[in-house]
Amino acid sequence: MTDPHAASDRIPIALRTQALEALLVGRGLVDPTVMDTFIKMYETDVGPLNGAKVVARAWTDPEYKSRLLVDGTAAVAELGFKGSQGEHIVVVENGPSLHNVVVCTLCSCYPWPLLGLPPSWYKDPAYRSRMVREPRTVLAEMGLHLGDNVEIQVWDSSSEVRYFVLPERPTSTAESAEEDLVRLVTRDAMVGVAKVVA
Amino acid sequence: MSNIQPASGIHDMGGTSGWGRAPVPERDEPVFKQPWEARAFAIALLSMRMSGTNLDAFRHALSRLGRADYIDDGYYGRWLHGAENLLYDSSIIAPGTVEARVANLSGGHAVEPPAPEPSRPDYKPTAGGSMRTVEDPQRFSVGQRVRAKRFEPPGHTRLPRYIMGHLGTVVAPRPAQVLPDTHAHFQGENAQWVYTVRFEPEELFGPGAERFALNIDLYENYLEAE
Repeated sequence: MTDPHAASDRIPIALRTQALEALLVGRGLVDPTVMDTFIKMYETDVGPLNGAKVVARAWTDPEYKSRLLVDGTAAVAELGFKGSQGEHIVVVENGPSLHNVVVCTLCSCYPWPLLGLPPSWYKDPAYRSRMVREPRTVLAEMGLHLGDNVEIQVWDSSSEVRYFVLPERPTSTAESAEEDLVRLVTRDAMVGVAKVVA
Repeated sequence: MSNIQPASGIHDMGGTSGWGRAPVPERDEPVFKQPWEARAFAIALLSMRMSGTNLDAFRHALSRLGRADYIDDGYYGRWLHGAENLLYDSSIIAPGTVEARVANLSGGHAVEPPAPEPSRPDYKPTAGGSMRTVEDPQRFSVGQRVRAKRFEPPGHTRLPRYIMGHLGTVVAPRPAQVLPDTHAHFQGENAQWVYTVRFEPEELFGPGAERFALNIDLYENYLEAE
């Protein structure tokens, strides 16, 4: 018996995408230039650099950091960051004895205005399934080895609240200027699977 | 066509096994690795508008996919299949149309089904986004012990199975939001309070579980006082 869903019978997804786009454009349901606008926005305009600016500001301006931890949505909007998938931002702060990490077990909810679209690892079934069960092991597999004395808080993004990690500032950067700090902050650190390294 | 169908369950990955090691993050990974991924992403965003639906309906359209459509075509392949579901639900395109166009793009001569009469849901959001203002007082308070309900969802829900039936502690109230369980099916917004609830790993996974704390946002409907 032939399996009707055998992999070889499947329409290649690139071709399927091309067919659906051609159909929708041909019927006047989709404007390809609108598609181009969305794509460009998330390919070049909205990405982790936004989040890095928030982190660098929080590291250098204690009053901003206080506002960020109390009302993340308003504080990131001060820097111009808001929009789809950023309706309500909650910022959680990492430190020497506390590590926060964010996951979405049901899909791939992620703070788009601050980090752009999620990377592959965030959408990987292994990450989604195991981060809520054995985070210390998962983080170690991803290259972040936390001491046994470090408490781990995992945040499963199941509502429209979006969580954003304020990483720990490297002690060696005490004299660094805000614009130099921006360049150090990585996407992975703002989700909580890495530390910022100077 | 009604979109009230149970999820396949493949999407509800929290706590499940068999997925292997976590990937090591790639340096400088491109946002879209292939051009088609970008096109699928944009089509998916526009599919909500075209079908007259919403983000919760789109999430449910993903959750209804079988294993192959959910996993084998990658993340943006999943989004494309989900977008197709929304377009079929609202009769924007007829089933079989995409396959016929694929055949024609490949040199075939398939007859493409004509465009059906659209049947978009009778639905209009009361405001933009998902946050709402509600008059009701919060039923639960910080520090209170609460239990996540256990039920078989007839359609969409944002209560994962690994949380169902378990006892946790409210750690923070969050803004009121539309209830995905009804919003996804155009049965009303049912805006209500959401709470971040903290669960101990032993409660979720039994003795010997790794030591950490699990925080998850739960809609008031999902909770009962212990």
